[in-house]
Amino acid sequence: MASILTAVAFMAALGLLLATILILANRRLYVYEDPRIDQVEDLLPRANCGACGTAGCRPFAEMLVKGEIAPGKCTVNSPAMNRLIADFLGVDLGADEKRVARLACAGGAHVAFMRASYGGVESCRAAALVSGGGKGCSWGCLGMGDCAEVCDFDAIRLDRHGLPIVDVSKCTACGDCVTVCPKDLFSVHAISHRLWVACKSLDPGDEGEHECDVVCTACGRCAQDSPEGLIEIRDNLAVVDYTKNAIASKVAIERCPTGAIVWLEPDGRIIKGKDARKVVRKEALPLA
Amino acid sequence: MSLFSLFQRPRTFEHGIYPVEHKELTADKPIRRLPFAPELAIPLAQHKGAPAVPLVKVGQEVVRGEPIARAEGFVSVPMHAPATGVIRAIALTPTADGPKTQAIFLKVYEAASQEVLYDLERDLDAMTPEEIVAAVQDAGLVGLGGGAFPSHVKMKPPAGKLIETVIVNGCECEPYLTCDHRIMLEQSDALIRGIKLALKATGAKRAIIGVEDNKLDAVAHLRAVIPKGLPITAEAVETKYPQGAEKMLIKSLLRKEVPVGGLPADIGVAVYNVGTLAQMGDLLPKGRGLIERVVTVSGPALANPGNFMVPIGTPLRFLLAQVGLAADRVGEVILGGPMMGMAVASLDVPVTKAVSGVVALEREDPDLERRKVYPCIKCAECLKACPVSLNPSMLGELAIARQYARMAEEFNLNQCFECGCCAYVCPSNIPLTQYFRIAKSINRDQRK
Repeated sequence: MASILTAVAFMAALGLLLATILILANRRLYVYEDPRIDQVEDLLPRANCGACGTAGCRPFAEMLVKGEIAPGKCTVNSPAMNRLIADFLGVDLGADEKRVARLACAGGAHVAFMRASYGGVESCRAAALVSGGGKGCSWGCLGMGDCAEVCDFDAIRLDRHGLPIVDVSKCTACGDCVTVCPKDLFSVHAISHRLWVACKSLDPGDEGEHECDVVCTACGRCAQDSPEGLIEIRDNLAVVDYTKNAIASKVAIERCPTGAIVWLEPDGRIIKGKDARKVVRKEALPLA
Repeated sequence: MSLFSLFQRPRTFEHGIYPVEHKELTADKPIRRLPFAPELAIPLAQHKGAPAVPLVKVGQEVVRGEPIARAEGFVSVPMHAPATGVIRAIALTPTADGPKTQAIFLKVYEAASQEVLYDLERDLDAMTPEEIVAAVQDAGLVGLGGGAFPSHVKMKPPAGKLIETVIVNGCECEPYLTCDHRIMLEQSDALIRGIKLALKATGAKRAIIGVEDNKLDAVAHLRAVIPKGLPITAEAVETKYPQGAEKMLIKSLLRKEVPVGGLPADIGVAVYNVGTLAQMGDLLPKGRGLIERVVTVSGPALANPGNFMVPIGTPLRFLLAQVGLAADRVGEVILGGPMMGMAVASLDVPVTKAVSGVVALEREDPDLERRKVYPCIKCAECLKACPVSLNPSMLGELAIARQYARMAEEFNLNQCFECGCCAYVCPSNIPLTQYFRIAKSINRDQRK
């Protein structure tokens, strides 16, 4: 009996001692963390996509509380949630204009020729490493959907011709598709950039037309028709200067013979000029 | 050959594979010349390093052997006109790497002579090592085994490192290829001259020619023609893939390993392909530039396979027409050997300095059972095959999970030189090498 009492007493004493050490340690080593960080983090989407430029949602919340970044930088959150964060912290929303990923190619399987059939791993990255993937246009989209696979927000799907379609409402401009595309066809643009050259081919016009019906032939009509300096023909390709985006208008697309330069509607429609060649083909082109 | 050598096992490295060789198609075919293609496309970036800069203008006439582009910096080489003709354009040409690159298009005159009209005689014995290095760069020489790394750069090791041994790589471990075999048999004088130049330029004390033991006739021939008193030996090594990889051959011959992330120069070795040194021995005394190379054109879809002296810039379409391409049977045309070579998407791709072979394979049903991919069964065959002792099975699973950074940081992805042994032995047909190439490509992009 005595030995049991001794054991209980000893354990109680040991418990007391350790508890004291823990209490002291807690007092001594306590790190103050702003409770607002947790609260702000709860209002964030926790997608950890990195579109805001930080490593994830927690570091973003820390920077928000310190006032180093504006809530509007989160492109995944709904505007209402960002507004809540701004009100909670008493800061300016600082909303940037919505940005989305845009694809600089319109050469689906029905308008662009494949010159060789690729038979390896079903991945654009792998195909691009084997002689460029077999597409006649060595700049064009390979259509195996690396971008659709990498997109965390389900914003990219391939259409029936193997061309990625970006769902503007779901795209958060996180830039994953920009990195994954082996042909560098994606870039992130403000949604107000409506004038768009959907081509990256640097082939001289006639050679390019052998490979694809919607190639930019660098004819220069868009550059002539639009205000001075908005569009420049550089290395056989029309390039839009987006610093002058305010003066961009639909005039530029009207006389484009192939429909390589287009006007993007906010609802996702792609408007081609009236002179653009009509492509009625529904099936993929044969291997040539 | 002593009696003792009969009991010796051939020198070799660990792991590796024994693919079917198919060398009998062209091994006994002497090197022949071909007529010029009507137009040559000479890419400005056919070597590692900075692309060359054109010296010619459109419409200018050039003679065979004349420089048409200059080297841009030290790690770069000039280009020379492979034929007499007129410059048609400087424009984009398709390549086996994928993106189109700038090339000089040379329209060849119809009756152009094969004679080189551009000479600059040199006295090799009077040249200092530095002058030899400069002359090698002027000749536009690059590693003709397929690496296309400028040869003169390897002659100048980083400060503080001494080259003691020059290894001459005559392994030719890729199936189908026989061009190095023929060079050793037919151009041994030029080869020995080239080795002497390499010894002088690097200051090395000895040279070893490593040849796979399926080419013992080449070993015997070289041993017979190497002059007495020169520190050059010819050694047979086991016929095994990838014996011809720089690091494998060093291990087989010297029992030394190149440190991870290091260069052969770190252990006092410089490795040259036999083709490179044979061209060096041929071009340098005459002060000429590299305008043609020996290419093995082989494969089951060809009527007359063989070894040919091909002018740089010859389009594949022309080359294959010369050897009788069966257009209805061909399924795939590969530049280089079938293990590490690159399938081309267009026959307009020109032969460059790096192309040691053109292999035309027959068409194959893509739904064949042996092309179907199954899950990894953890048999570890790939571990036994990997010549640099990586874990391809693990790397493959990480690649599927897209953990590319981890592959490089924890599993030494960057030591993989894409020899293809792992994918070759995999019973589940997992395209491991291709996964690793994707991973490396994405890692490269991330670093940018």
